[in-house]
Amino acid sequence: MTDFTPPETPDTSRRRLLQAGAGAAALGLLPGLGMRNAHAQGAFDWKRFKGQKIEVFLVKSPRGDLLTKYHKEFEDLTGIEVGSEMIPEQQQRQKAVIEFNSGNPSFDVIALSYHVQKRQFAKNNWLTDLRPYIGDASMASPDLDFADFAKGGLNYAVESDGRVMSLPMNLDPWVVYYNKELFAAKGVAYPKTFAEMIDAAAKLNDASKGISGFVGRGLKNANVPVWTSFLLGYGGGFTDAKGKLMTDSTEAIESAKMYQTLLAKYGPQGVSGYNWNESQTLFLQGKAAMWLDGIGFAQPLEDPTKSRIVGKVGYGVMPAGPKQQVSALFGDGEGIASNSKKKGPSWYYLQWASNKANQTRMLQAAAGAPVRNSAYAAAQQSSDFKAPKEWVDCMLKSAAIAQPGLPVISPVTEFRDVFGVALSNMLNGADPATELRKATADFQPVLDKSEKA
Amino acid sequence: MSTSAVIAAAVPRAGFLRRRTRSYRLLTVPALVVVGAVIVFPWLFTLYMSAFDWKIGEAAHFVGLSNYTGLATNQRFIEAIVHTFYFTLLAVVFPLLLGTAAALIFHREFRGRGFLRAIFTLPMMATPVAVALVWTMMFHPQQGVLNYLLSLVGLPPSLWVYSPTWVIPSLVLVEVWHWTPLVMLIVLGGLAALPTEPYESARLDGASEWQLLRFITLPLIMPFIVVAAVIRTIDAVKAFDTIYVISSGGPGTASETINLYLYLQAFAFYNVGNASAVVVVFFGIIVALALLLLHVRERARWAA
Repeated sequence: MTDFTPPETPDTSRRRLLQAGAGAAALGLLPGLGMRNAHAQGAFDWKRFKGQKIEVFLVKSPRGDLLTKYHKEFEDLTGIEVGSEMIPEQQQRQKAVIEFNSGNPSFDVIALSYHVQKRQFAKNNWLTDLRPYIGDASMASPDLDFADFAKGGLNYAVESDGRVMSLPMNLDPWVVYYNKELFAAKGVAYPKTFAEMIDAAAKLNDASKGISGFVGRGLKNANVPVWTSFLLGYGGGFTDAKGKLMTDSTEAIESAKMYQTLLAKYGPQGVSGYNWNESQTLFLQGKAAMWLDGIGFAQPLEDPTKSRIVGKVGYGVMPAGPKQQVSALFGDGEGIASNSKKKGPSWYYLQWASNKANQTRMLQAAAGAPVRNSAYAAAQQSSDFKAPKEWVDCMLKSAAIAQPGLPVISPVTEFRDVFGVALSNMLNGADPATELRKATADFQPVLDKSEKA
Repeated sequence: MSTSAVIAAAVPRAGFLRRRTRSYRLLTVPALVVVGAVIVFPWLFTLYMSAFDWKIGEAAHFVGLSNYTGLATNQRFIEAIVHTFYFTLLAVVFPLLLGTAAALIFHREFRGRGFLRAIFTLPMMATPVAVALVWTMMFHPQQGVLNYLLSLVGLPPSLWVYSPTWVIPSLVLVEVWHWTPLVMLIVLGGLAALPTEPYESARLDGASEWQLLRFITLPLIMPFIVVAAVIRTIDAVKAFDTIYVISSGGPGTASETINLYLYLQAFAFYNVGNASAVVVVFFGIIVALALLLLHVRERARWAA
C-alpha cells in the first residue's frame, strides 16, 4: 500500500456548464468577502466558542490522520473540544447516507468527496450554506483568504445557485507519469497531444522486454476517469442542458477507442483487472513507459525502498486533446451538517482545517495536493520536503486546466459501474460504440429517476 | 353436596393444569420475541420492501411486482445466477474429491502423519480476506509468483483472475486451497468410525484394494461426504469475501455472483427495493437447493 492518497476513483458531469458559470461567479464574490474581513479583523475571536464540543466525521486516509493528529492545536487555539471518528472511505459514504437520513446525524462536521457526494449532499440539503459565516466579519478569520484557493477547488465547493456548502481541502488532478529513461532510450519526446501520446505508446511498447507503452486502470468502476480524461480532451461532456446523456456521442466513442487502443494494445496483459495499485507496481518496476492517474503518487515513485525508477520519473501535464487540454479533477473538502446544533464552532473547525499551516503539512506529508496555492511555496522552503519541483509545477499547471472528472450527479457510483463494465468489456475486445450505446441506454433511466426524485 | 365437593376438588386441579400450560407458554416468549425480531420481522420487511421502488434518501413508491419482472429480464442478474451456480458447482466438487482423497491418505499409518495432517489443515485457519489478498498478489500476470512457477516448468503465463474466461476457475482455486482441509477432516472422522469386520471378510474373499475402496469404504463414508457437501454448498453459495477482494466481480462482470450484484444494488447504489427483490429470489434459490440436498442426504442414508 502506498502512503499516498489512493486517488479514489472520480466522476465528472452533468452540470459542468452550470458549474463553471457558478464557479466564475463565486470567484468574483469570494475574494471580495475575504477583503471585507480584512478590514474588520478586530471582531473575530478564536476563543468565541470556548468550552463547546463538536464531532467531526472524517475519512480514514493520510489526510484524516494528519488532521486528527493536530486536533490538539485546534483545541488549544479555540477552547473547543473535538470528538472525531474516522472510518474507511466506502464505509464513511454509506454511514453518511444513513446518518443524514436519520435526520439527526451524530456529527457536526463531515468530510466529503466532491466527485462522488457533491450532488447527493446538495440535492438532499444535508449541508449548511456557509455564506452567512463567510460574510460575517466577526465569524470569518482574517486568514480565510479565498484568493489563495485554487479555482478548481472553489468550483467544487460552490453550487450552481451560488451557495457555498463546504470548504475544499484537497485536489487530485490527473497527470501522466512517464519513465524518462525509457523515453530517452527510444528517442521519444513527452507527447503534447493525444495523437502524439498514442504514437509514443506504440514506439515505447516492447513486448519482448515486457515493457508496456502505457498503463492505467482497466478494472470496472475505477477505470472510468481514465476514459473521461480522454473524453474531456475530445470536447465531450456527460449530459446536455436537458439532462440527456451525451456518453454515446462521437467524442465519447472516439475517446473510448483511444482508451481501448492505449490499454488493450499497448497496455500489459490482463489490464482489465488493473486498478491504480497494479498500475503503480508495474510503473515502479520500470515496466511501463506512461501511467495516467491522480497526482498523489510522487512519494512511492521517489522512494528508493519501493521504486526502481527513482529520479527517472517525469511528471507530465495531460496532453491536449483535439478540442482542448483538460486535466480530469477529483477532490475533497469538509462541510457542516445542516442539522448541526454547533454550527459556529464547526465553522471555526473548517477554517482551521483548511488554513495554510494544515494545507502545508498535508503537502509536506505527501498526504494530498492542497487547494491553497500558498502552501506550495511554503512546503518547498522546508528541508524535508521531498517531492521534486517538477511535480509541484505539474500540479499547479494541471490544477489550472482542471475540470471535474466525473459527472456531478447523484448516482455517480452507478454511472461508474455501468460505464466501467462497458470499458472493461472493450479491453476484452468489445466494440466501443456498441458498448457505449448500451451503457448509455442502461444508465439514462437511472439518471432520469434520480433527478425526478 | 357431593356434587359440589367433586366440583370443588376438580376446579383447583383444572386451574392448576391451565396455569401450568400457561406458564410453559410464557417460557417460550423470550425465544419467540428474539426469533420474531431477528428472523421473521426482517424477512417480512424484506418482502415488503421488495414491492417498492425505494432508494435510500428518496421517497418510496409502491410498484407491486415490477422489481421482480425487472430482474427476470435483467441480463446482468441472470448472468449473476449462472456465475453463482458455476462457481458453486466447482467450489463443491473439487474440495470434495481432493478432500476425500486426502482423508484416505491420512487415514493410513505412516511416519509423521500427525505433523503432516496438521500442516494440511493450516489453510482453513487463515482469515478469508487475508487469504484473498495474498492470492491477489500471486495471481498478478506480470509480478505474480504463479506465472513465475509456470515459467519454471515451461508453461506459458496465464491471466488468472484477469481473464474473463479464467476468473471463476481461478477463484475456485483459492476456495479449493482454503476449504479442502475441512472436507478432509469431516471424511477422516467418518473413516475413523468404520468397522473393521467388512474389510477382514472381504480380504478373505480375495477382494482387491480397489474393490475394498469402491464397495466398502466409499459407501460407508458416503453420509459423511454428503455432510461435507452440504457444508461446502452453503459456503460456496454465500461466498463473498474472496470474490469481492480478488476480482470485485470483474473483469467486467465475468465473476459477478448474486452476492456481488446484491452488494452493489444495496450498498453502492442504495436501491434497497430492488436489492430486497434480489434477496427474495436468492432466498428461493437457496431453499430449492436445500431441499435438493436434503433429498440427496436422505437417499445417502437409505443407501447406507
